Amino acid sequence: MAALQAWFPLLFNFSLLDEYGWRLVSGLIITVKVVGISCALGFLLAYPICLARMSSNRILSNVAMGYVTFFRGTPLLCQLYLVYYGAGQIRPELTSMGLWLFFREAYFCCIFAFALNTAAYQSEIMRGALASVPKGQIEAAKALGLSQYAIARHVVWPQAMLVAVRPFGNELITVIKASALTAIVTLLDLMGQTRFVFARTFDFSIYLYCAIIYLVMTETIRRVLGAIERRLSRHMVVNAEVPMKTRGLVLARFRRATS
Amino acid sequence: MESVALIFGPDGWGNLLLEGAVVTVLLAVTTIPFGFGGGLLLAVLKGSKNRLLRAGCESYTTFFRGIPDLLSLFLVYFGLQALIDWLSRTLGLPFHLEVNAFVAGVVALSVVVAAYSSEVWVSAINAVPVGQIEAALSLGLTRRQTFRLVVMPQLLRVALPGLGNIWTILLKDTSLISTLAVMDLLRAASEASRFTRQPLLFYSVATLMYLVISIASGLIQSHLERRANRAYA
Repeated sequence: MAALQAWFPLLFNFSLLDEYGWRLVSGLIITVKVVGISCALGFLLAYPICLARMSSNRILSNVAMGYVTFFRGTPLLCQLYLVYYGAGQIRPELTSMGLWLFFREAYFCCIFAFALNTAAYQSEIMRGALASVPKGQIEAAKALGLSQYAIARHVVWPQAMLVAVRPFGNELITVIKASALTAIVTLLDLMGQTRFVFARTFDFSIYLYCAIIYLVMTETIRRVLGAIERRLSRHMVVNAEVPMKTRGLVLARFRRATS
Repeated sequence: MESVALIFGPDGWGNLLLEGAVVTVLLAVTTIPFGFGGGLLLAVLKGSKNRLLRAGCESYTTFFRGIPDLLSLFLVYFGLQALIDWLSRTLGLPFHLEVNAFVAGVVALSVVVAAYSSEVWVSAINAVPVGQIEAALSLGLTRRQTFRLVVMPQLLRVALPGLGNIWTILLKDTSLISTLAVMDLLRAASEASRFTRQPLLFYSVATLMYLVISIASGLIQSHLERRANRAYA
């Protein structure tokens, strides 16, 4: 207990927020911007990749698969370095193409790398969701004489969406968490500002504040997602979610059966 | 040609990169028993009768699942150092203990991996039918035999794909350790590119090496999954 009392003021130093709170806020804004823009771009990019992956053209689908394998099989930090430091090396070429203004900024490099990375993951989510719609549904819709658009709008997408909501939300959470990497390439996002403050004050509690902010963001998204999913699946009889209470039931019974 | 010499030449950086790759794999492999074992322990404790214990384990998972892995690493790394400093000060040790960066990296990764894998273990535990346990016990198997011969194989079968995903995440997360002081693959590439001013070359090579490692581990994963599923084919 004494140890706890000694640690508590070390862990939570509120006067620190008075002085450096605005830094966390401005960092948070950058984080939200990077995440929002790269997720949206990634989504737009993911659809053509997903279509290419599902196309009957072997070359096209192999290229798409190569893209996905590359971005999912290598660390995001490595991809980020490749873009950020790699761009610096080919600066003359980029300047002549008029792209240097873009790649000069860590901010744009991050968005670029993140968008490419999340597009790979999102395209796989889309592919899985679209593949989960039974073929018979599409055939039935065609037989009923629905147009291509009507089939997509009223038959395929509503069913695919239900499958995709959770993975998409998880991907958003992943990108939020991954956005902390931008701090390593000098961007002053939430993590970057935290590191800045820590380097100045050597006060460990700033890391805890930072953790709490991230935690609130990701947990909120997770909970909202659960609600959306329940809403979308309200017509289904079985809700796949396992109630918390049944968790560990097997173990409890195992213990009872063996004692 | 110049770039080939930079990597394979007598003064090439290939060796450093290879050593870095070995460190990366070692980091990940060393983390496995602690991370997955810790996750299993957490999963078991989540089924405990003690409410406090259950809540503690749930919040551990929620916390480390909800914050960036990089932040977890920093928290554990600096926290560990602060804790050891504090301990050695209270105990009045005459020397200064420095945490080895590799060890700290493994500890930090284990903390994160334990949180991730506990979710997988929980759903795997829930997937084992109770009748299996009852049947094994009524056949006269001891508790230990029941767990080792009946529960564990079925648990593993269900858990393997999820654990495989976490292994992939872990492999990529080792690159974060390069921001501490471990000479892993990514840091080796950084050193090389800073020295030679060829970041494009060295980061490309490093990326490809990561790709090779993860493709190889994907093959091993599917082999293991086939093995675990052979009774169900």
